[in-house]
Amino acid sequence: MNAVGTPVTRVDGPAKVTGAARYSAEISLPGMTYLAVVGATIASGRVTAIDAEAARAAEGVLAVLTPEDLPKIAAEPHLLPSLVGGPAPGESFFPMQDDIVQYAGQPVALVIAEEYEQAHHAASLVRISYQPTRSVTTIEQGRDQAYEADRLFGGLMPARSERGDVEAGLAGADVRVEVAYKMAANHHNPIEAPSTVATWDGGNLTLYESTQGIRATQQTVALLLGLPIARVRVITRFVGGGFGAKAMVWPNVTLTAMAARHIGRPVKLMLTRPQMFTSNGHREEQEQRITLGAARDGRLTAIRHEKLSITSPFDDWAEPATGVSSQLYGCQNYLGIHRLIKGNTMTPTFTRGPGESLGVFTLETAMDELAYQLAIDPVELRLRNHTPVDPFGNPWSSDGLMECLRLGAERFGWSERNPAPRATQDGEWLIGTGVASAAYPIAFFMPPQRARARIFADGSAIVQTSTQEFGTGVLTMATQVGADALGVALRDMEFQAGDSDLPNSTAAVGSAGAGMVSSAVHAAGTALREQLIALAVGDEKSPLHGAGPASVNVADGHLTSAERPGAVDTYRELLSRNHMSDAEALGTWRPPPLDTPHGLLTFGAQFAEVAVDPELGLVRVRRLNGAFAPGRVLNPLLAHSQLMGGMLWGMSQALLEGNHMDPRYGRWAETNLAEYLVPVNADAPDVHVDFVDVNDELVGPLGAKGVGEIGQVGVAAAIANAVFHATGRRVRSLPMAPELVMDPAAGGQ
Amino acid sequence: MTTVEAATTEVPLQINGRRHVVVLEPRVSLLDALREHLDLTGSKKGCDQGTCGSCTVWIDGRRVLACLTLAAAASGHEIVTIEGLADGDQLHPMQRAFIEYDAFQCGYCTSGQIMSAVKVIEEGNAGTDEDIGEFMSGNICRCAAYPNIRAAIRHVRDAAGGRS
Repeated sequence: MNAVGTPVTRVDGPAKVTGAARYSAEISLPGMTYLAVVGATIASGRVTAIDAEAARAAEGVLAVLTPEDLPKIAAEPHLLPSLVGGPAPGESFFPMQDDIVQYAGQPVALVIAEEYEQAHHAASLVRISYQPTRSVTTIEQGRDQAYEADRLFGGLMPARSERGDVEAGLAGADVRVEVAYKMAANHHNPIEAPSTVATWDGGNLTLYESTQGIRATQQTVALLLGLPIARVRVITRFVGGGFGAKAMVWPNVTLTAMAARHIGRPVKLMLTRPQMFTSNGHREEQEQRITLGAARDGRLTAIRHEKLSITSPFDDWAEPATGVSSQLYGCQNYLGIHRLIKGNTMTPTFTRGPGESLGVFTLETAMDELAYQLAIDPVELRLRNHTPVDPFGNPWSSDGLMECLRLGAERFGWSERNPAPRATQDGEWLIGTGVASAAYPIAFFMPPQRARARIFADGSAIVQTSTQEFGTGVLTMATQVGADALGVALRDMEFQAGDSDLPNSTAAVGSAGAGMVSSAVHAAGTALREQLIALAVGDEKSPLHGAGPASVNVADGHLTSAERPGAVDTYRELLSRNHMSDAEALGTWRPPPLDTPHGLLTFGAQFAEVAVDPELGLVRVRRLNGAFAPGRVLNPLLAHSQLMGGMLWGMSQALLEGNHMDPRYGRWAETNLAEYLVPVNADAPDVHVDFVDVNDELVGPLGAKGVGEIGQVGVAAAIANAVFHATGRRVRSLPMAPELVMDPAAGGQ
Repeated sequence: MTTVEAATTEVPLQINGRRHVVVLEPRVSLLDALREHLDLTGSKKGCDQGTCGSCTVWIDGRRVLACLTLAAAASGHEIVTIEGLADGDQLHPMQRAFIEYDAFQCGYCTSGQIMSAVKVIEEGNAGTDEDIGEFMSGNICRCAAYPNIRAAIRHVRDAAGGRS
């Protein structure tokens, strides 16, 4: 009886519905103190004076730290994505080392007090004088300083992608389509604010941290404080959402450790909601432009894809937007470039569906315009451009795009669609439907992943690795995988994570978590099973003595062999006979090499139906249907939830979420959940998810390609295409706020 | 600049049927009193501004945002938090339904969702999906488990014999 593939409810469900699950700010330690961070109110310039007298005199205040009081960091941080497996600072910058202000909200002073209220009150008493200089925080302000980036992601990836001759391909095309969009900045806004509890024991530091990467946190803090990695332990029981905000390691973590060392007591920091807009990165303000060339039959002859965005003063960061547009469809001539403007913001960062969700938005709205121009059905146009190989001629590790488009179209009732824009009405509402392909790259930048499996004399078992639960369901999924690999019942298996002392697991980002963790856990469970089978067949007292190890099957802790009909041994009896109180094994999964001769994308297709109020510009999403081919589905209940959540994120990206800089002051206009819109229950329609079965033998022993991002990708395009179908107008900005749907000219075209 | 000396006082609080006396400054919110002084961390701090609903508790049987309620103002009233919802090891039907319908992912907003969900039915605001959506819109779920939250509420509503 296999546990993998069954809809097991969350193993952490009872803890989460009773309030018993502890998140990082909910750790209580004797002598706990509270940290409040004072952020800069200017975007660029210098701190000329800090008057902390009143704050220091306030009741309960233990210390006010300014750059003068704070020790220097031991090494300069260099941004590198946490998926690489090493130190992963979110920006190549550490605050409070001098008097320079690089962005608004940058920490400039710290207050530590006995009580939470005392710390925050005293923080309001710190008087800071500034000498501001001119800041650049919007594309409009910096457009003339734009430059083409050479490499992205701390040098990890080239910023330019080119093949064939795109200009010749466009010149020779029968038809051309050019689209351009402005996209507002997005903020992750997990409901749990980034939280840290830091406590020192001699030279050993323990951090209770809300992170998507406990080993990345451990290594980053060790680097910045000049500590051996072995002296830093990171514990993360539960994380209240990440979405990329907690994928990298931001300065507040190390600052909390410094504060705790300074006063010699445990320190707790929970960022405020407004601080979350300036403390953990964001999806950068950007513009994208795509030019398509196609033959009369719809086949693409050229794609030119350009992105322009704002980065920080210290990093060439852009969410890579061309990974999908360069590969999704067969096309000989391609050019993708990223142009950047250095601005006074913190370094932007991964935000769910990083880069490709907006890259695919641009590509897939352009494809919709091409379909109209050629009078080809949009689903058919995509099918015609399907390619079985990536741009290097390598076959996909697994495909499924055509099946997703066909299945999604069938479930959605696409064939009944009248393609004419502004032709369908329901009372006052204009009705439209739209489609988009979805794809998301799979990246194997991670080092080997390890897990440990251990079985005890009573037959109960654990499997451990240093990952963390932030809502993906990893605790449940890994329990299922571990039980099957070892050959025990689900009730006898417990998966343990959330501690950097456990075997290595890399940060769960870019939809890589399920693949990495399931592969390592599978390896550990399998190694222990093989060890125990070898023990049994070599044990003279075992009913299976002398049987071929490969003939032995284990289920529910019972060992049987086709070579010994009727003979049964059990793990319990085996351990007992051999005077063993336990047995354990380490398992390692090595990712495929980066130059594996395979195309690596996860595929899907999105369908949306919208109703538009033409007078108010309101867009209501009536239906969202997604069909996805994510490889092996480890737990359909949890995979459905991940994909559903991603699709609603895509809806939010299309219609709700966007922040703008006030160019006069270089500060975000929206810094709370009343102004920065995220979906509430009434915004969210029911969502339909279908799976397309594909077998993928490359991505790991279980063939899981991940479901964290793919649900989001393509949704915004399907909705935008549906809005066009409903209204006959293209809205050229995201989010498609009512005032823009009402009057597209207000979008700043 | 003068600083306000915030004298502490003893604040009796009746929580989940038990009487607690906490020594607090008058400015301490009910949410911080629960989380930082009573180690009742099931009620979550999401925004501290009354916008997200993750701190939802019941005061005298009504759903209330604990972050916008001073602890001192809750003194003398019956407070119920997520920790008081189950009957010993026996989960409340809404807690069971949230697990069964996978009505959460990260779990951080879940306490507030459940405290609201139980009341939405009692208030008579769970008659239709539209009603549930509207009257649950004070509780943000960033993982966007909303369709599953509605399913869990429907299940409890219908299991209760169609009362709404």
